[in-house]
Amino acid sequence: MAGRLLEVENLHVWFDLPQHRELHAVQGVSFAVDRGERLGLVGESGSGKTTTILALMGLLPPTASVAGKVYVDGEDVLARGERTVASYRWKDLAMVFQGAMNAFNPVRRIGDQLVEPMELHGIASGQTARKRAGELLERVGIPAARLRNYPHEFSGGMRQRAAIAMALACDPKLLLADEPTTALDVMVQAQILELLVALTNDLGLALVLVTHDLPVVAQTCTSAAVMYAGEIVEAGPMDALYHDPEHPYTRLLFAATPDLESRDVVVSIPGAPPRLDQAIVGCPFQPRCDRAVARCLAERPSLRRMGDDHDAACHLAGVGAGEVVA
Amino acid sequence: MSANGNGVGPLLEVEGLVVRYPVQRGVTGAAMRREKQFVHAVSGVSFSVSRGEMVALVGESGCGKTTTAQAVLQLIRSQEGSVRFDGIDVTALGARELRRLRRRMQIIYQDPYESLDPRFRVESTVAEALVVHHEGTRRDRRERVAQALELAGLTPPELYLNRYPHELSGGQRQRVAIAASLALGPELLVADEPVSMLDVSVRAGILTILDTLRDSGLAVLMITHDLSTAARFADRICVMYLGRIVEEGPAVQVVEDPQHPYTKALLSVVPRRDPRRRVQPQILRGETPNPIDVPPGCRFHPRCPVAIAECRATDPELRAPVGAAEEHRAACILAGR
Repeated sequence: MAGRLLEVENLHVWFDLPQHRELHAVQGVSFAVDRGERLGLVGESGSGKTTTILALMGLLPPTASVAGKVYVDGEDVLARGERTVASYRWKDLAMVFQGAMNAFNPVRRIGDQLVEPMELHGIASGQTARKRAGELLERVGIPAARLRNYPHEFSGGMRQRAAIAMALACDPKLLLADEPTTALDVMVQAQILELLVALTNDLGLALVLVTHDLPVVAQTCTSAAVMYAGEIVEAGPMDALYHDPEHPYTRLLFAATPDLESRDVVVSIPGAPPRLDQAIVGCPFQPRCDRAVARCLAERPSLRRMGDDHDAACHLAGVGAGEVVA
Repeated sequence: MSANGNGVGPLLEVEGLVVRYPVQRGVTGAAMRREKQFVHAVSGVSFSVSRGEMVALVGESGCGKTTTAQAVLQLIRSQEGSVRFDGIDVTALGARELRRLRRRMQIIYQDPYESLDPRFRVESTVAEALVVHHEGTRRDRRERVAQALELAGLTPPELYLNRYPHELSGGQRQRVAIAASLALGPELLVADEPVSMLDVSVRAGILTILDTLRDSGLAVLMITHDLSTAARFADRICVMYLGRIVEEGPAVQVVEDPQHPYTKALLSVVPRRDPRRRVQPQILRGETPNPIDVPPGCRFHPRCPVAIAECRATDPELRAPVGAAEEHRAACILAGR
């Protein structure tokens, strides 16, 4: 356990629904991130990836209940609720939200908005804070002189850079980025991804990149966790996930993603993910799986170690894969 | 009817299309006689789409691809150039004639959560175009709605007829939107980012429908920012930059042997699925210039990594590089040199 920057153990999140029903959005998620590591959290809409990182930040709405353990530098952050989470939020863990470029207050200067978290958390104030805000802006590739600008004077890409600068304001160890490039053009996306990689390399910052876009993760992250129906179904080094996927969902998700250089037939995965307001019996992916056997209907698979840091939650993982595919 | 009425030659021919919007000067601006400015959304675009062909207009936001599509359907009026549909110049038509022609050309939009009326059942949504165009009896319409739903992969149709949009998934909604656009039996379908709002696992299903329709003779003009999708599904790709087509050709050739420096840069930053396949990204700095002040000469020269002095003066034509195939053209004076 020692030495890992972030360790998430058996995290569950439930949302209250009307008529005493519950939606089990995150169903026992575990993963760990080291300093300087880049982890991709991949999944489609409703898979629980955003809920997972909002839980880490303690930013879920009051209708949510959370169980499990989240260790930051060995200390359990969730143990004492809001009081402990608040002391880590932004200082140790910072987040860039989906659509963050549109989250700036339009009537306040960028500089004032960058200074605010520093003063709030007692990191710096007055001229020191302004100087630091300028440095942060420079760090993300924007001239410090533009502190005086209003958000509308920035392009979408620049606003996303400024949002990253703001997340860095309190010198965090881990950055959680939720779909940071989804609304951006591919050229601007490349600029932002380049920046995120540089930050992890230069500052030793760890990155959890939450996205539905597998190629973005493939080119940015060293390892990834694939989420489906609220759980991690496969996790491991990026290379292993692409070249030796053990879970059918991972394999089909790659096959559903068109690639510039491949003439492979692009497949779609029939069916839809299961409802999370009802208990799941058997493997959650079984109704859409092209390899399911009788056992998959009855018994829910749990994550098993398949190789170096490579885990998969599939009864068939590692056994007779070749025969079944052939 | 026309020379092309028998299906020879392209169904859609766009030539020298220009669309510009005036910039509001405001009361003070007008009083001060500030110079009138225009947003040059589309500045001289030419391309064609044949029956049974899928052409992708590809580019970043603001490059004019959606404006081009809307001008093709005359949902916005163009200032210059012609749009010939089956030999008829639609830019010269009045509202009534245009409406008659529109049943032969349909559009599907990006967001199936916005494009469907939440109060309409699937049957009414798909039948609406038939009702508007006074097509058939009630029973005929029911029959055609069922056929359209089947074409869009919603089978059996009875299962979907009485549902409301909120009872459907994103992929199913987009299929309903496709069914609605197919009900009138169009010859041209314009698809504006048809899958970008959908989950990856259902995208291929939607694109495969378009693929199949194309095989049965439909002409498809797809607007997309996703080069990987265009490369896999389109027959030809037109790459747009700042209101112009800068490169055009068969999809495979454009992707494997790009001629324009912008296309080359764009392709280099498209993330690949395979983590081992690392392409040195050629990241262009800054952003696309404002379409109000289009740079002189080649409009790409301020960001171009290989620009020479001549590029600042010469606005290059879209042409086939020397020694290259005629159907693969690029607007760069250095192409093929």
